[in-house]
Amino acid sequence: MWRKIVRTGRVAEPAPERPDGEVPEQAAELAGSVQIRHVDAGSCNGCEVEIASAFGPVYDAERYGARLVASPRHADALMVTGPVTRNMEMALRRTHDAVSEPRLVIALGDCARDCGVFAGAYGVAGAVRDVVDVDVEVPGCPPRPEAIVAALRGLTGR
Amino acid sequence: MVTGTVGAVLQVLLIAVGSPLLVGVMRQVRARLEGRAGAGIAQPWRDLRKLLRKQAISPHGTGWVFRLAPLLLAGTALVAAAVVPLVTTASPLDGVADLFAVTALLALGSVALALGALDTGTAFGGMGASREMTVLALVEPTILVSVFALSIRVGSTSLGSIVTATARDPLSVISPVSALAAVALAIVTIAETGRIPVDNPSTHLELTMIHEAMVLEYAGPDLALIEWASAMRLSVLLGLLASLFFPLGIAGADAGVLGLAAAVIAIVVKVALLGVLLAAGEVFMAKLRLFRVPELLAGSFLLALLAVAASFFLA
Repeated sequence: MWRKIVRTGRVAEPAPERPDGEVPEQAAELAGSVQIRHVDAGSCNGCEVEIASAFGPVYDAERYGARLVASPRHADALMVTGPVTRNMEMALRRTHDAVSEPRLVIALGDCARDCGVFAGAYGVAGAVRDVVDVDVEVPGCPPRPEAIVAALRGLTGR
Repeated sequence: MVTGTVGAVLQVLLIAVGSPLLVGVMRQVRARLEGRAGAGIAQPWRDLRKLLRKQAISPHGTGWVFRLAPLLLAGTALVAAAVVPLVTTASPLDGVADLFAVTALLALGSVALALGALDTGTAFGGMGASREMTVLALVEPTILVSVFALSIRVGSTSLGSIVTATARDPLSVISPVSALAAVALAIVTIAETGRIPVDNPSTHLELTMIHEAMVLEYAGPDLALIEWASAMRLSVLLGLLASLFFPLGIAGADAGVLGLAAAVIAIVVKVALLGVLLAAGEVFMAKLRLFRVPELLAGSFLLALLAVAASFFLA
């Protein structure tokens, strides 16, 4: 395995230019460290695959100070994917309440922004912004890992 | 005496400031070996700074046990950092706190955190607490017995005298007693600090958690205290391992300013080296199944017991 590690070397791509865009006010307080709790509110798992690759070795979102955590209590930001289904509406609200201030919400993917192809379906309660306040939106179906990493860099400021 | 006091203050400061950096170094080593770029060694400090600024939350139904646990954990870690011979063997606290006191301090911190986890009343809190107690029940006797094996040669359970005796005669480390005790202590250090293969500090899967499951409900400054204390416990235990078996450069009772400076550099290099080794080892290993963990720990206890037996027969 040692030989494999040496032969593979570094697979992380060189960091692209820092994207400039508007940054939510609360993000400045976080100063280079954003812990993220991912909430699947009814996603088709396409966005999850892209999140996994954004935090994988190639895009390596962790190098900018973002990290996925296991508990909303540890988190600074909720990353919500999918349209909010009826069964997940209360769960999303409670998860949002469990995060300590200052807290941010990232709506990831077209479904989280405006229900996408699931708009009007009987099981869908609405988009993420209908349930909790959204600070950052990432468009795409699913969004490319570059777009996810760029949105996270806007929050960490690195 | 003055040197001892200055040395003790120095080592507490060193552990308090340096232990998050040690965690940062270990994460960076892992990241590089996995082909990542890594967040930089100052990232744990950035996390702590941010957590301290955040709002403190205590869940419904929790009481003083929940709120006291992080303080007790951090407090015991700081006292242990003052007592254990890292920079100096002549800590003014050495007389009151010997091997048994240090083990008890570490156990007190763990028990406080386990009670805090139980206080939340959540499924994962209780599960984490019961697992931590299982591990603790196997770890604490091993630490006691393995250091006890080393103390027989010296005739004192004071960690300071054990390290002083080893520093005076470095070749005495090359003996079956030391080898057995070193392996036993290394295994329990990994278990006590929740590293792979006993626990995975970066897991997201609640069902496999031990330490992480206990801190799931802590937020903001409380979480910052717990993470800081865990980093300090890791540094103290690695430092103890380094001092017991390789006390090169440690300052004695009569060391001057230069001696203390050299001791600080020596312990930083030794602990960083052990941390890098541990992190690199983790890349090559998977976490053990929970039911295999007691086997590993019982094995390390057996090694510690053999070390005591060997010190009795070979002395």
